[in-house]
Amino acid sequence: MAIIERPASTNEVATVATPSSSLGALKRPVATTGWKSWLFTVDHKKLGIMYSATALFFFIVGGLEAVLIRLQLAAPNGKVLNADLYNQMFTMHATTMVFLFVMPMAAGLANYFIPLQIGARDVAFPRINAFSFWALLFGGIFLNMSWFLGGAADGGWFMYAPNSGPIFSPSHGIDFWILGLQLAGIASLAGAVNLITTVLNMRAPGMKLMRMPIFTWMQLVVQFLLLFAVPVITVALFLLSFQRNFGATFFDVSAGADPLLWQHLFWIFGHPEVYILILPSFGIISEVLPVFSRKPLFGYPFVVFSGAAIGFVGWGVWAHHMFASGLGPVSVAVFSISTMAIAVPTGVKIVNWTMTIWGGKLQFTAAMKFAVGLIVLFTIGGLSGVTHSVAPSDTQQTDTYYIVAHFHYVLFGGAVFGLFSGFYYWWPKVFGKLLNEKLGTWNFWMMVIGMNMTFGPMHILGLQGQPRRMYQWTEARAGEGFFNLGFWNTFASVGSLVLSTGILLFLINVVITTRSGKVAPLDPWDARSLEWMTSNPPKEHNFDSIPTVSHLDEFFHRKYQEDASGQMVKVKTAEQVMQELEDNADAHIHMPSPSYWPIVLAAGLPVIAFGVIYSIPIAIFGGVIVLFGAYGWAIEPSTAPDDDFDPPATTKDVVHVG
Amino acid sequence: MTTETHSTTEHGMSNAGYVRIAAILAAITALEVSTYYIDLGALFLPSLLIMMAVKFVIVVSYFMHLKYDNKLFSWVFYAGLILALIVYGIFLATFHFFS
Amino acid sequence: MTSDSHADGGAHSSTGLSNNKLGMWLFLGSECLLFGGLISTYMLYRGRVGAGPRPSQVFDIPFTSVSSFVLLMSSLTMVLAVSAAHKGDDRNTYLWITVTALLGATFVGGQVYEFTAFYNEGMGFTTSLFSSSFFVLTGFHGVHVTVGIIMLMSIVGIMKRSKVPGSKAETVEMIGLYWHFVDIIWIIIFTLIYLIPA
Ligand code: HEM
Ligand SMILES: [Cu+2]
Repeated sequence: MAIIERPASTNEVATVATPSSSLGALKRPVATTGWKSWLFTVDHKKLGIMYSATALFFFIVGGLEAVLIRLQLAAPNGKVLNADLYNQMFTMHATTMVFLFVMPMAAGLANYFIPLQIGARDVAFPRINAFSFWALLFGGIFLNMSWFLGGAADGGWFMYAPNSGPIFSPSHGIDFWILGLQLAGIASLAGAVNLITTVLNMRAPGMKLMRMPIFTWMQLVVQFLLLFAVPVITVALFLLSFQRNFGATFFDVSAGADPLLWQHLFWIFGHPEVYILILPSFGIISEVLPVFSRKPLFGYPFVVFSGAAIGFVGWGVWAHHMFASGLGPVSVAVFSISTMAIAVPTGVKIVNWTMTIWGGKLQFTAAMKFAVGLIVLFTIGGLSGVTHSVAPSDTQQTDTYYIVAHFHYVLFGGAVFGLFSGFYYWWPKVFGKLLNEKLGTWNFWMMVIGMNMTFGPMHILGLQGQPRRMYQWTEARAGEGFFNLGFWNTFASVGSLVLSTGILLFLINVVITTRSGKVAPLDPWDARSLEWMTSNPPKEHNFDSIPTVSHLDEFFHRKYQEDASGQMVKVKTAEQVMQELEDNADAHIHMPSPSYWPIVLAAGLPVIAFGVIYSIPIAIFGGVIVLFGAYGWAIEPSTAPDDDFDPPATTKDVVHVG
Repeated sequence: MTTETHSTTEHGMSNAGYVRIAAILAAITALEVSTYYIDLGALFLPSLLIMMAVKFVIVVSYFMHLKYDNKLFSWVFYAGLILALIVYGIFLATFHFFS
Repeated sequence: MTSDSHADGGAHSSTGLSNNKLGMWLFLGSECLLFGGLISTYMLYRGRVGAGPRPSQVFDIPFTSVSSFVLLMSSLTMVLAVSAAHKGDDRNTYLWITVTALLGATFVGGQVYEFTAFYNEGMGFTTSLFSSSFFVLTGFHGVHVTVGIIMLMSIVGIMKRSKVPGSKAETVEMIGLYWHFVDIIWIIIFTLIYLIPA
């Protein structure tokens, strides 16, 4: 374990592990710096950064794919991509953005901040945490290797039959897609078990559920959604695998199958999935808005319960994606009504945010701008959502650009803006430096303008009848005047370049900040929740002593108290609050120890996947790696024994974590 | 806390108790199999489903200790189970499975 | 948060419950949706036999009843192992775990025999939608049982070399929960798939 950086004033708080052996197999890794310290880490903060970096990389990949799509559609008879490549491009764009950007980014933030927000020193299962990350990374790489091995998946991100069958998609692309998503699914499922256990079990004393920061709450809902939704897509993917690789006919109409089986399974997963994508961002802005409005979140319990309600009702609306599939009138009516109902808890949240800002002393930092941007843009997307909850109107809209407009307003304007808000808000916590606010403002406005230029016209395009997933449009059918499809297509393509520039500004901001950014003060935003009650970046063990929590917004209440006239006045600085924790520092903290096994176990998975596609012996070899990893894992304690630590500590004063 | 923290689970039942539970399960299974040979008419389906549910609950409550354990465990498990029943029930209903 | 607590996830958790156990129950809750999906798929397709045999033509109810009974009894031996482990009675723990693994192996052996018999009667994996969904469902269950057997055998080996990190009793209990879960899934499969004709 690392020697933990700590203020010179405090006692010794952590120790280094020097294991003599790791139970016969491999010696436990001990590197505290360099690449090994990342490869074998089980620290939730390092893993959080690794998740987020991976996600950011795939964001760029998915973004380039999107730009190619828009370049193809910028002018009539586009020649940038051929039809086949175009299909691969939109399929992989969506898959990448959903599964390899938004989900891992949210997972990264969850990993980093949940333990800090609930006053814990790590997650419940640190090694499973590492395993989840590696499984996700290997899954993402595996998925994208298809580009070089005969072509990527091309059936659209929901992969309906018959397009998913070998006749329409003879390359291995869809096989890579299926298995890559299975790996990502394993990662999500393991992550869900881990994070739910963490939230329920690892809270600091006094951190009751209704005192938890709202980001943690929304993540808890998300993790439950993952826990129950991932197995559904797992089933669907297995069935498709058996169809493509082993001759079954689950979705083959000519063999008497019902292709709606896939659609149901996909959307039973798929609709909860859209809440998996948006709720983390709802959580982020519910942290950001109060901080920069200098007011507590309006109606905290309502925000919590509406989040839970969304998570619950989200299970009963999936067939609204299938209104045009001949479900029958009863099903359509039922799902139409339940879909309208789900707008209610969503609306509750928007009201709460608005009331939070209302009358506040607003500080328009970049984080705040993105948060307010989310409220506005998400509302637009929510409203178009309600228009397609009305089944007759949806039959006109479905499979047109109107749908594309809807989900980009909720996903880009909602989920992505929320994540960016989080980047600006939490950057100083993670890296100790403040992102440049001026560049942040440019970043924000370019993204707002670019996003509205790109996706706004798609409402018009869609209602005018331009179908989704069409690789070319022709002047002949583009129409006249304001509704000229050509004009709006070009306009949207220009918008996508503006949007890309906005994102580029963020990347530039990151580089500049890393090189020469302003070092962040301890509490740069005068924040409210526990993750700010520790150094920037936090020490390896997060807190010198575990705080006892007596309020919602505990950190705020330690800094501020009511004076005689009922005003909240600052009574302590953040430094003073920190000092109190340091004064009670635990003498010896034994953190969970690094381990080889998570990455070994995860490395077996893509090998199995390759074997399924190319040859079964390879899969068996992968299985052996998994077994080997599992054994090493099983016999190695999560935290090295006390006498492996240096200096040896008497058990009396050692605090064990995990 | 000492290593033997799970006293609750030990309160669960004696070994003889487990054997009794197993005997009940075996008896129900015998009844289930007998429906294959005896014509129960309209009672056939409901009786089988009820016996299945009873066996399920017995194993979960006694062998898996849910009856004696913290309610949170029951909560997370039955949440998954009930969600599965409802969602897949509706799913099959849209295929007119029940009509 | 003191002394030898790290062996025992539950000792200092906010709910007082063990991390491992909570994690396991969450996982089992999730598995309900996995098997639910497979069972529903089977239900949807059980009548679609194409040119292949119908369920009632291939199922051998007496045979499957016996193997179901074997699996059910393995739950009893499993619970006896857990109870012995909690008492710190190593000998009986090993004994009952071994018996459980043997009963499980008997069940899987029965399944292999049954699958072979079906195949010989003209019901292969790709014969019909019914056969594919049947093999996928029962195959998934069989894999779960097999994984359980591997875990049982490994834990005996590991325990004999006394290398179980953490509490032995809890480890056995954890495997027990998994094992019983696999059993209750079979309780459902036995009724819905075998006893209720399509
Ligand atoms: C006010 C709440 C919402 C309502 C009423 C709503 C309604 C709908 C409906 C009915 C469709 C199907 C349209 C069609 O394909 O014909 C749809 C599609 C979609 N929605 Fe929403 N939605 C809402 C919120 C969200 C949120 C929060 C997200 C994600 C963050 C989201 C993401 C999507 C996506 C990705 C699709 C397109 C799926 C596809 O065809 O590829 N929606 N929405
Ligand atoms: Cu939906």
